[in-house]
Amino acid sequence: MSVDSACAVELKGVTFKRGSRSIFNNVDIRIPRGKVTGIMGPSGCGKTTLLRLMGAQLRPASGEVWVAGQNLPALSRSDLFDARKQMGVLFQSGALFTDLDVFENVAFPLRVHTQLPDEMIRDIVLMKLQAVGLRGAIDLMPDELSGGMKRRVALARAIALDPQILMYDEPFVGQDPIAMGVLVRLIRLLNDALGITSIVVSHDLAETASIADYIYVVGDGQVLGQGTPDELMGSDNPRIRQFMKGDPDGPVPFHFPAPDYRADLLGAR
Amino acid sequence: MRQKSILERVRLLGRSSIDVLAVLGRSCLFLFHALVGRGGIGGGFQLLTRQLYSVGVLSLAIVVVSGMFIGMVLALQGYSILTKYGSEQAVGQMVALTLLRELGPVVTALLFAGRAGSALTAEIGNMKSTEQLSSLEMIGVDPLKYIVAPRLWAGFISLPLLALIFSVVGIWGGSWVAVDWLGVYEGSFWANMQNSVSFTDDVLNGLIKSLVFAFVTTWIAVFQGYDCEPTSEGISRATTKTVVYASLAVLGLDFILTALMFGDF
Repeated sequence: MSVDSACAVELKGVTFKRGSRSIFNNVDIRIPRGKVTGIMGPSGCGKTTLLRLMGAQLRPASGEVWVAGQNLPALSRSDLFDARKQMGVLFQSGALFTDLDVFENVAFPLRVHTQLPDEMIRDIVLMKLQAVGLRGAIDLMPDELSGGMKRRVALARAIALDPQILMYDEPFVGQDPIAMGVLVRLIRLLNDALGITSIVVSHDLAETASIADYIYVVGDGQVLGQGTPDELMGSDNPRIRQFMKGDPDGPVPFHFPAPDYRADLLGAR
Repeated sequence: MRQKSILERVRLLGRSSIDVLAVLGRSCLFLFHALVGRGGIGGGFQLLTRQLYSVGVLSLAIVVVSGMFIGMVLALQGYSILTKYGSEQAVGQMVALTLLRELGPVVTALLFAGRAGSALTAEIGNMKSTEQLSSLEMIGVDPLKYIVAPRLWAGFISLPLLALIFSVVGIWGGSWVAVDWLGVYEGSFWANMQNSVSFTDDVLNGLIKSLVFAFVTTWIAVFQGYDCEPTSEGISRATTKTVVYASLAVLGLDFILTALMFGDF
C-alpha cells in the first residue's frame, strides 16, 4: 500500500482493543511532515495509547501505522528497533535513566547507536543541552533536577540523534508557568530550527493551540474533529466546541451516570 | 443453583489455567528474546561486570556470614549426635557432604532469591513504572538485551560461585567448631572429609544444582520485574512473588535433582 510522502506518520483504519474493550475503532490520522500537530482530547480518551501505537510500543488489532515510509506493525523486532532511531519521544515523567547523570543521559543514544569519539559526543551533548538551556546542569543527577528540568534534559536526549519525528506525551502537565512557557517555546523552536515533525499529545488547550499547526481531537475511540486551532474553535460540533471552550457540561456530562438525585436523597431516608 | 455453582467453579478453574499458561508462555518468549538473537548479552562486557558486582559481589556478605554459621551449627549438631556412637571423627565428612550436596546450593539459592532476586525485580519494576524501559525502546535499544540479558547472565554466573563460597566457608566454620572448640582430632576431620567427598558425585552435582537454581531464580526475578504492573503496589507484589516462587521452585527442583543424582532407582 502506498503512503503519502507529505505525511510523516499515517494511521490507516487503526483499531485497538484492551481485552474486549475497544479503545480506537477504525481511526485514520495523517500527521503532516515538518509541522507541529496536536492530538487533544479529554483525559482517559486514549491519547497516550495513540502515541504508543505510533511508536509501535502497542500493536493495533487491525490497520496500518506508517512512519517514515514503513508500516511499523509489520516489521520484525530488530527492524522495529532500527526504525525507532528516527523517532524521539518525550515521556510524561521525562523517563531519565536514574543511574546516569545529565551528560550520560543525553549521550546515551549517541553511545549506543554511533561510533563517534568521546570528544565529539561531548560537543554534541553540550549543544543539545545548550538548546534546552541546561548546559550548566551537565554533572547533576536526575534526582537533583526539578520536574521541568527533567523534561528539558529528556528533550535534549530525544533530539540527540536528530530524529525526523519528535513525539511529546503530555509535556505541560504539572509544570509551573515559567517551565510551561519554556517548553512551549522550545517545542516550536526545535520544530522550526531542526525541520522535524512534532506530535504533541496534550489536553492543555491554550498551550497546544498556541504552537500547533494542526490539531486532531479524539474521543470515544474516534477522531471527533480535525483542523487548524482557529477552525476547531469555530467548529459546529458540540463535543469539539465543549472541549475547545472548556465548558463543564455538555455532550460530555459533568456527572457520572447515577440514579435520579432527588430519588436518591429521599430514598436514603 | 448447585449446578450453576459447579459450572462457575469449572469456568474459574479454566480461566486460572489459561492465565497460568499465558504467563508461562510470556516468560518463555521473554527468555528467548533476552538470550537469543541479535545483540548478544546486550551492550557487552561492561554491563555484565556491573551486574556481576550488584548481583554477585553485593550478595557475598550475606552468603559468607550464613555459610559460616550454618557450618558451625552443622558441626555442633553433628558432634552431639556422632559422639553418642563414638564417631565424632566423622564430623568433617558429615559437614562437607551436607554442605556440598544440599545446603550449599539450596541455602545460597534461597538467600540469593531474597537478596539479589528481590532487588532485580524491584529495580526492573521501578524502571518500568518510571517509563525508563519504554524510553529505551523508543531510543531504539531493546531492553531485553540491554537491561534483562546482563542481569540474567550475572545471575547464572554468580550463584554457582556463591554456592561454592558458601560451602567452603561453611566447612571452615565447621572445622573451627569441631577442631578448635570441641577438640576433634584435626587429622581425622580433614582425612575423613578427603576420603568421602567425591568430586563428581558431590562437588559437581552440587554445582549442577546451583546452575539449575541460578537459571530458575534469576529468570523468575527478572521476569516478575518486567511483567509487573507499573505501580508501587504492583512492584511490591512482584517482589513478593519473586521470593515465594523462586524459593518454592528451588525446593521443588532440589527434590527432583536429588532423586535423579543420588536416588538408587
